Amino acid sequence: MSANTTHNAQPAEGLTFYMREEHHPEQSTMIGFWIYLMSDCLIFAILFATYAVLGHSFAGGPDAKELFDLKLVAINTAMLLFSSITYGFAMLEMEKGNKGLMISWMMVTFFFGACFLGIELYEFHHLIGEGAGPGRSAFLSAFFTLVGTHGIHVTCGLVWMAVLMVQMNKFGITAANKRRMTTLSMFWHFLDVIWIGVFSFVYLMGVL
Amino acid sequence: MTADSTSLLFGKLTLEAIPYHEPILVATFIGVAIGGLAVLGALTYFRLWGYLWTEWFTSIDHKKIGIMYIVFAIIMLLRGFADALMMRFQQAIAFNGHEGYFPPHHYDQIFTAHGVIMIFFVAMPFVTGLMNFVVPLQIGARDVSFPFLNNFSFWMTVAGGIIVMISLFVGEFAKTGWLAYPPLSDITYSPDVGVDYYIWGLQIAGIGTLLSGVNLIATILKMRAPGMSMMKMPVFTWTAFCTNVLIVAAFPVLTAVLALLTLDRYVGTHFFTNTDGGSAMLYVNLIWIWGHPEVYILVLPVFGIFSEVVSTFSAKRLFGYTSMVYATVVITILSYIVWLHHFFTMGSGASVNSFFGITTMIISIPTGAKMFNWLFTMYHGRIKYEVPMLWTIGFMVTFVIGGMTGVLLAVPPADFVLHNSLFLIAHFHNVIIGGVVFGVFAGINFWFPKAFGFRLNAFWGKMSFWFWFIGFYFAFMPLYVLGLMGVTRRMSQFEDPSLQIWFVIAAFGAFLILLGIGSFIIQIAYSIWKRDELRDETGDPWNGRTLEWSTSSPPPAYNFAFTPVVHEVDQWWFMKQNGYKRPLSGFIPIHMPKNTGTGAIIGGLSVVFGFAMVWHIWWLAIASFVAIVAVTIVHTFNYNRDFYIPAEEVNAVEARRTQMLPAE
Repeated sequence: MSANTTHNAQPAEGLTFYMREEHHPEQSTMIGFWIYLMSDCLIFAILFATYAVLGHSFAGGPDAKELFDLKLVAINTAMLLFSSITYGFAMLEMEKGNKGLMISWMMVTFFFGACFLGIELYEFHHLIGEGAGPGRSAFLSAFFTLVGTHGIHVTCGLVWMAVLMVQMNKFGITAANKRRMTTLSMFWHFLDVIWIGVFSFVYLMGVL
Repeated sequence: MTADSTSLLFGKLTLEAIPYHEPILVATFIGVAIGGLAVLGALTYFRLWGYLWTEWFTSIDHKKIGIMYIVFAIIMLLRGFADALMMRFQQAIAFNGHEGYFPPHHYDQIFTAHGVIMIFFVAMPFVTGLMNFVVPLQIGARDVSFPFLNNFSFWMTVAGGIIVMISLFVGEFAKTGWLAYPPLSDITYSPDVGVDYYIWGLQIAGIGTLLSGVNLIATILKMRAPGMSMMKMPVFTWTAFCTNVLIVAAFPVLTAVLALLTLDRYVGTHFFTNTDGGSAMLYVNLIWIWGHPEVYILVLPVFGIFSEVVSTFSAKRLFGYTSMVYATVVITILSYIVWLHHFFTMGSGASVNSFFGITTMIISIPTGAKMFNWLFTMYHGRIKYEVPMLWTIGFMVTFVIGGMTGVLLAVPPADFVLHNSLFLIAHFHNVIIGGVVFGVFAGINFWFPKAFGFRLNAFWGKMSFWFWFIGFYFAFMPLYVLGLMGVTRRMSQFEDPSLQIWFVIAAFGAFLILLGIGSFIIQIAYSIWKRDELRDETGDPWNGRTLEWSTSSPPPAYNFAFTPVVHEVDQWWFMKQNGYKRPLSGFIPIHMPKNTGTGAIIGGLSVVFGFAMVWHIWWLAIASFVAIVAVTIVHTFNYNRDFYIPAEEVNAVEARRTQMLPAE
């Protein structure tokens, strides 16, 4: 009761209890998307942890040294990193309001992303052909799931990018489209960060 | 048709999957079918489909979504409780060579379904529903941050529930227990579709839960009325905030671990298998890293409910608001470092077990602090024993007992004796019924007048409380005794006749709880019938303290004609003390989001997708998945998502309220 009584002493006239003008709460999309990304990050954390636990359970099958081709993975990593830079260029053009250039940079990004996926699929195909598929050992189960989950995310990102290119083209750089472009940017760079983890933790540490 | 083309078309689904040879299921099916047809017939006869679709199913109003969550939870409670009753009666009679009326394979499905339904489709939607309804009102917002996402989350939860319910009549449910431990849940030992129903039901509902968590965090962080700093948020909003942080930080773990189990079952990977390097204990660790925070996801919001109820019905502000907030935050953090106490018997050694034993015991400190805060709030208060307050006092007595048996179980040597026994079953029902269920009923009785504009009948509310309260003790105290005598959980029949009397007492308790649930249903029906006598036109039937009581009951679509400006934790109380006058003119148009059917459509498609995956009907799975993606993309092409409620309409709504209120 004490707090109420202290305030009772104050004159009620000086207090406002509501605002007469329209209230605009802050935009929630960015923080909401951040929170979603962190939850996605946890999925990867679990997959990394699983790989850490099972990564040496070869079950008599091939190990990382025998399987991974670092050169190929280095090229692949370059593809994804380039795509992040070019997405940055697209963002810059969006800020300047150059719709045409922005969409061109998005196309370049899409191309690099698609190359990344293509190389990854080639690697998977090659491994499975060698008899080192996800069912061979717990190590390979964890490997395919971790890298594959990242690949599925990249695929989703590409679908999203394609849709957004159409929408940008059709509706222009509107506030809603800008918001979508920024969230996709966060998503795309997030996938880069995850991939750097995959590259160092799975490939480099596996081979070196 | 050849066998090949049949399996191409129907996957693993055959006529044999329909359990027409099980009389209990046939009778249930007939009952459900007649009831369902009656409801559908009534909806059609009274031409309610259009109303339901436009006003409810497609609604992005957080209040309606909250109410729909709670209706869904009540329906699922009936199913989950039916399972409980059947188990209690089975165990009461299955002695002396009598097999009871359930063969073990059926009994195993019942206890699995009971656990899964009660946690995921009763407790979760109850809690999410209450948070959805109350939080935006308490923080003075017009809606949540992402109103469409809210509707979508609801339908994903329902879709998961429907998939679990389908397993009752097509195929079977998991026989693995509610957490589906491998290797039992692997394809080798559970080759049937039960575990697949479990996986897809939970995965689809999990998407909804996660997104609603993201939504409510963003709402609480960004949508608070001006002046409401974090330390001026009502306690229920604080607990809702912590719970949603837990949801976002825990549910992805469940998603990931169930996905790995799915791969083991569908693709032949070796995460949790006995062979080729898999580790079943990895699953047990991962699922409890989700599972323990889940317990707090359920109980934190009801701590918030009790806090609101105690201070309202003691007509005092909450004792120790700051310590309450910090206790909640500490529990949130600690809940992540105790998961191993669920399997001390794994054999991780004395050091690991002591660490987790000690962290577990430490959790009782902030929880105890909360208990004292509630007691001190009541001390010297003018306590009114309305129904929500009865539930709260029932909780305080019951939850302390459950908490103490929990600390007992946290001692590793004691746990080695009690692990997997009925003592554990008694303990967690003690905290979940005594905490979550009592809290949900307190919350429903407390906020029902806000949602519908009339109170719930107090007599039947008290009947419900006393049946539940006494029934709980009859049903679970015997299980403590049995657990101490070494009786393990999940048994469908017993050898030792001296145990029978305890199970009979427990069955009697379950019967009392049945009367409690019956009284609750009667309470709602009777209150709707007598709604004119129970009408509350003030919007503030309990002399409430927080902002939700400052608006009309039920609140208008826009919640507040003008956005409130906050000075105090108990802002509405403060406004009443300081001569607040309701604004009567000068209204402006209000910006609101538009309804959309996308959530319901994607939910429906998800049921088809889940069903197709369960039965390996690949063409249907691909088709429904493509449809989900297509609907989502089409939805993103709709940029026209909001509108303004014109000032005249706001004026009319507010004028109607002015007429109802007594002249000041």
